[in-house]
Amino acid sequence: MRRFLLRRALWFALTVWAVVTISFVLMRNVPGGPFSAERKLHPTVEAAVNARYHLDWPAWRQYLQTLGPLNLDEHGVFGDRSDVFGGILALDLGPSLQHRDVSVNELVAQSLPVSAALGAAALFWALLLGIGGGLVSALRPGTALDTLARVLSTLGLSLPNFIVASLLVLALAVAVPLFPVAGWGSFSHLVLPSFALGAPFGAYVARLFRAGLLETLSQDYVRTARAKGVPAHQVVLRHALPGALVPVISFLGTAAAGILTGSLVIERIFTIPGTGSHFVAGALNRDYALAMGVTLVYTVAVYGLNLLVDLAYAVIDPRVDLEKEA
Amino acid sequence: MPSLPSTSGARLALATTLLALLGLCLAAFALRSARRRADFAFTGGGELRSLDPHAVTGVPEGRVMRLLYEGLVGRNPKTLAVEPGVAESWKFSPDGKTLTFTLRADARWSNGDPLTAHDFEWSFRRILEPATACEYASSLWVIDGAREFTTGQRADGSSCERDGSKVGIKARDERTLELRLAQPTPHFFALLSLHVFVPVHRASLEALMAEHPQTWATRWTRPGALVSNGPFRLSERRIGEVLRFERNEQYWDARNVAMRTVDVLSVESWTSALNLYLAGELDWVDGAIPTSLVPELLGREDFEPRPYLGVYFYRVNVTRAPLDRREVRAALATSLQRKELCQLVLKAGQQPALSFVPPLTGDYRPPKTFGESPEYARKLLADAGLAGAKATGKLRPLELHFNTSEVHRDIAEVAAEQWRKALDLDVRLRNQEWKSFLDAQGKLDYDLSRSSWIADYADPSSFLEIWTTGHENNRTGWSNRQYDDLIAAARIERDPARRRDLYANAERILMHELPCIPVYHYVSQNLVDPGVGGFGQNALNEQSPKYWYWRSDAELAEVRSKSTRAARKVESHGPAAGLYSPARTGAAQ
Repeated sequence: MRRFLLRRALWFALTVWAVVTISFVLMRNVPGGPFSAERKLHPTVEAAVNARYHLDWPAWRQYLQTLGPLNLDEHGVFGDRSDVFGGILALDLGPSLQHRDVSVNELVAQSLPVSAALGAAALFWALLLGIGGGLVSALRPGTALDTLARVLSTLGLSLPNFIVASLLVLALAVAVPLFPVAGWGSFSHLVLPSFALGAPFGAYVARLFRAGLLETLSQDYVRTARAKGVPAHQVVLRHALPGALVPVISFLGTAAAGILTGSLVIERIFTIPGTGSHFVAGALNRDYALAMGVTLVYTVAVYGLNLLVDLAYAVIDPRVDLEKEA
Repeated sequence: MPSLPSTSGARLALATTLLALLGLCLAAFALRSARRRADFAFTGGGELRSLDPHAVTGVPEGRVMRLLYEGLVGRNPKTLAVEPGVAESWKFSPDGKTLTFTLRADARWSNGDPLTAHDFEWSFRRILEPATACEYASSLWVIDGAREFTTGQRADGSSCERDGSKVGIKARDERTLELRLAQPTPHFFALLSLHVFVPVHRASLEALMAEHPQTWATRWTRPGALVSNGPFRLSERRIGEVLRFERNEQYWDARNVAMRTVDVLSVESWTSALNLYLAGELDWVDGAIPTSLVPELLGREDFEPRPYLGVYFYRVNVTRAPLDRREVRAALATSLQRKELCQLVLKAGQQPALSFVPPLTGDYRPPKTFGESPEYARKLLADAGLAGAKATGKLRPLELHFNTSEVHRDIAEVAAEQWRKALDLDVRLRNQEWKSFLDAQGKLDYDLSRSSWIADYADPSSFLEIWTTGHENNRTGWSNRQYDDLIAAARIERDPARRRDLYANAERILMHELPCIPVYHYVSQNLVDPGVGGFGQNALNEQSPKYWYWRSDAELAEVRSKSTRAARKVESHGPAAGLYSPARTGAAQ
């Protein structure tokens, strides 16, 4: 276990470094800058703004400052004492170029819990719909109920989340005003967006779980259990369920990444102050610091979630030996 | 069954996962306190760039600055006439170069500190300071010594020392502020009422800058730390979500401010903004209403587009053949059928633009220059030896460049089709994402490029200055000596009629040379609750939030009975009894 975690930590460091470097190079090479606008700045003022954010430095120096943890500006290598040193290695993502009043750290700190709540609720829906639907399908294969569940899951898979979102708003916020049309702040604000975000993944989980359950139910050990007279619900819950969950859990890593990146559309439609909108805005506005910060957060999140999935394998299926992995 | 997974472990794992997910959701909500609906809520789009009035330029930011700050003078929301702000009176010296303001004695900051002329002197100098990076700094260069202070260069380009004491901004005493201009500048007053030229609280800002030289900017605009002088003060900020303002009881005119709380919501999608408005969550939405929804909204009493001082136009790259020839540019300008375009695509009553400056820009009336005539356009090309252009291969295909957006594409498609029909010209569309688009435009990497220009103040100078040689917003390669001279003369002309003539003559040259092809003049597209009183429907679409109030049902009925407009009534979400200022209800403060 320890060797497994150590190896993962090394890969993690390498991945983050690669992401930072590639993002840095890409961002600095797209046309347009953070301060270009329809009303162009006077050259003197533009030079002052660029100097304020060190955009007048040579690229290598900007790169080192971004990486940290040593401070390269006029405040000296160790910064002034009241502030943290700059740079990613010092966990300081710097000031946002677009939103002058806030640092990227603050933007992430304010928006990440929101996105996490939305993502967690979406995952909750995905599991609830997926496992519920899959269970119904697998236990009554070939019936009308099974067909209905499969049609719904096909529909859920083929409809993009923004269509689901618009339909939900029309039906449950405008026609029958059960939920708010958009916004954030109360539990009822969470229902529609998380459902829209989670439903397509729920559809996929349902298919996976149905297939997994049907397969395990036909296994010898399940047949033995049945032959021994174990009640039907116990057969499913105790014997078949864990095996059928393995493919679902391996999908959760992918699903979590998908929910993270999918959330930006949903956040926009429902005006939710999450990280997704910063990701898009950072890139579109050439807010180098913000784009870098959010990319990093996503990298860490996806990496962490995949690690959790690998650990979950080991818990559910003792045949998985993490030490022997790779 | 040794090889089978432990069932209790699996169930435990599943149950824990689900519970953890649910717990996380609940925890995230528990951390946020519930927010009560404000007296008034509006949106101007996404998250603001800053609450530092000297660091912003955008229209949504300007709206918020009017809540937080007040300058020397303000503008009446109905007439746009200059009215007293922090200054209660002012007078020009006989030579028109010195302007002396007397500040009101009861002007105070939101923390109770007295607001003095010294605050203005320091704040205006802060605007000019290059380190502040104020995008409007150059607007203040009409003040004596200001350009030299910002750039370290004289107007002729020779370098000089940056000396703050030489700038013509002086506080004579606590209540007297003197501004000395380099030349008499008639539009200076209109300029001063911009949301940028407001004071910031020196003591709190300097204390933070000393303590946190790197991160002061992210600290001083926080609720609690931000000291302001306008009708409202900041009470809460949730990034990407909402800014909450409360009435500033220290404001000298607080008794005449009706709204106790104002929310500015950050809403990036206009469809969502519309939904929020229709659900009564927003009282005012202003911005890019999707054109497909405009016809439906036009019949409602809460949507009444008005002429707005903005122009939508195509820049012409005059450094590229064949667009370097005036005849070609004129043929393009005269063969465009703008009325069709406005009705087909825009639908909200936008006006065809046959001048660069919109009509109703103050008391300026743009001259009549060119008309629309495809025959004339063809004749122009024929006379220039370019007729039947495509057949003879003399006129290459032109590229119409615009930033990615549905409306811009629709307009470009109609325009390209009109040019193809009228001139047998091959016009290809090229769209780019916003920042790349700006980059290409700045580098003159285009033939024809979409643009727009919105006035800062109701004066032709706000439109015509940008076409002078070398101006950073010219971006066409066009330069005309005679035009530059006329603009320079108009800048310092103190006789209003002669000044108007100078600008009109300049615009005649501009519309003869056509480095820009005007397409249409904007309309404002406010969607505002019918119960809102004191709302400014004006040509700058500018608001003075201190005047907003809620009409009572009785007053609303009276307003409706006086209205001559046949429009469908919509329900007001305001309180039945209305919400009036303490002064109007006679309440003790």
